[in-house]
Amino acid sequence: MHSRGEWLIWAAVAAILAFLFIPVVIIVVYAFSAAPIPAWPLTGFALHWFADTWNDDEVREALILSLKVAALATCMAVVLGTLAAMAVARMRSVGKEVVSFVVVLPIALPGILTGMALASYFAFWGLNLSYWTIVAGHATFCVVIVYNNVIARLRRLPRSLAEASADLGADAFLTFRRVMLPMMASAIGAGALLAFALSFDEVIVTTFTAGAQNTLPLWIFGAIRLGQKLPEVNVVVFAIILFTAVPVLLAQRLIGDSGRVAR
Amino acid sequence: MILEQLAREPVEQNAAAGRQLIVSLEGVSKAYGGAVALARLDLTIYAGEFFTLLGPSGSGKTTTLRLIAGFERPDTGRIMLDGEDVAALPPFARAVNTVFQDYALFPHLTLVENVAYGLRARKVPKNEAHEQAQAALEKVRLGDFGARKPAQLSGGQRQRVALARAMVNQPRVLLLDEPLGALDLKLRHQMQTELKRLQHESGITFIYVTHDQDEALAMSDRIAVFSQGRIEQVGTPFDLYERPNSAFVADFVGSSNLIGPGHGILLRPEKILLLPPQAAPPEGYEAQPAQVREATYLGAVTRYQVVLADGGVLAVMEANTTPLGDRLRLTPGDKVLAAWPRSAATRLAPINNKGEVR
Repeated sequence: MHSRGEWLIWAAVAAILAFLFIPVVIIVVYAFSAAPIPAWPLTGFALHWFADTWNDDEVREALILSLKVAALATCMAVVLGTLAAMAVARMRSVGKEVVSFVVVLPIALPGILTGMALASYFAFWGLNLSYWTIVAGHATFCVVIVYNNVIARLRRLPRSLAEASADLGADAFLTFRRVMLPMMASAIGAGALLAFALSFDEVIVTTFTAGAQNTLPLWIFGAIRLGQKLPEVNVVVFAIILFTAVPVLLAQRLIGDSGRVAR
Repeated sequence: MILEQLAREPVEQNAAAGRQLIVSLEGVSKAYGGAVALARLDLTIYAGEFFTLLGPSGSGKTTTLRLIAGFERPDTGRIMLDGEDVAALPPFARAVNTVFQDYALFPHLTLVENVAYGLRARKVPKNEAHEQAQAALEKVRLGDFGARKPAQLSGGQRQRVALARAMVNQPRVLLLDEPLGALDLKLRHQMQTELKRLQHESGITFIYVTHDQDEALAMSDRIAVFSQGRIEQVGTPFDLYERPNSAFVADFVGSSNLIGPGHGILLRPEKILLLPPQAAPPEGYEAQPAQVREATYLGAVTRYQVVLADGGVLAVMEANTTPLGDRLRLTPGDKVLAAWPRSAATRLAPINNKGEVR
């Protein structure tokens, strides 16, 4: 028999979950609706929006651009963020805090500020807005994500591991490859996943750095503002939900399994 | 009552006879942002020695070890290893290996991979490296554990892996940074014996850092006592215990009574006999009437505090060699005669302000 307190807690949990997920559920339901404009009551069931969306070149181009941007921005973030974290971790002086603050600052800045600054910077040098400017914009915050993950790991790593490697005759490169990199790998991986996700759904900085091109979020934003292709927006959102949910579930499953083995 | 034993042999010269120099520090200083860790240190260590750096925390002993390993660079001075100044060389270019206080085993590698790490870094082929690593693990009685990861081992086992990982490279000098500090007392005593055995079998020079004076006395050929970035005294365990040259050494190595004018004379507690008050002291003994203030039974020994007629307090350690019956031989308030051989009272050497014996 549950006590009244427990019922209250379960009710609160249900309310929170409803608050979080009902909008998502509605979008998913709309994706299967036959009506060209989302409205209640639903008038019928349809799958053809999926085919329409798949065949829409605008959507396809936006998706490909988003993936390309996220991939390259993540790669840059992994390299620069890891190197920065390793450098800061080695510093001993007061400068360490200053450098660390400056590295982390971009993520604290409002996106609109970063976006404007980048836009005027590119204009100053006469650079046309392109794929590369979007990547540069996204890299500013992606670097911080990887940096934060890696530096947190390095703080917990005893300094004696790198010393032991050097003591056993390994130069800096071998120590990096055989000790530091394996020790940092999962932190880099987690940082990279986060950075990819952040880049993939970024709107504000992208608005200032994208020029005429559309990333997927920009396309959705535009479609909703103009009230066009709303069923396709629903399909895209549904696809993104699936696309992001699967890795999250898999990761949780993996963590759960390894937890059981370790015990 | 002033008793003197002034015949002192130059300790360094004694130990050096016919030995080959392997490590020497010449005028080595190190400061961390204004805080002096080492002040113009000179130190010589001979091949095959078990040499201990002993001192309280912050005395500079670990800094000295890290300088020899190459993890720190000296501000001044030379660090000679096998006749070559290595002060500017990185750790991986020095023929020394370290056993770390926290063992520093690589958690993502198996024990065999851990132990083979140094060989692989020096381009020994994988099969051969793993064979040697396996043999090294067998030497520390972990032959069946090669495929395990460090997390699956106990503290004592990790300690032995760390030893095997360092010794498999056959370094000229093995540096050990408080390697037994994390182990419980019984295991520590076992490992002391094991370390001595490994050192004896391998013939490798051991430089051992500890703050534990018992450990230092039990294991070392020679000991350097550190205090505040300086070496107070270098000598054999016997030298340091029987002929300390400062109150610091006398007190840090064992316990001590400092008596006489200016407290310049050392009298070890176990050298003092407690006799019946009317007894005649043996030949060659100094004696003073005293009263027992405290008696603590410790099993093998009983520790007393006795008060002399002039108010001075002596610590006395008496071995419980005969059955005591059901009570202590002496209890607080008992009158006794405290007597000690004149030759057991040792004058501490005068020390100049550089910490060098004049």
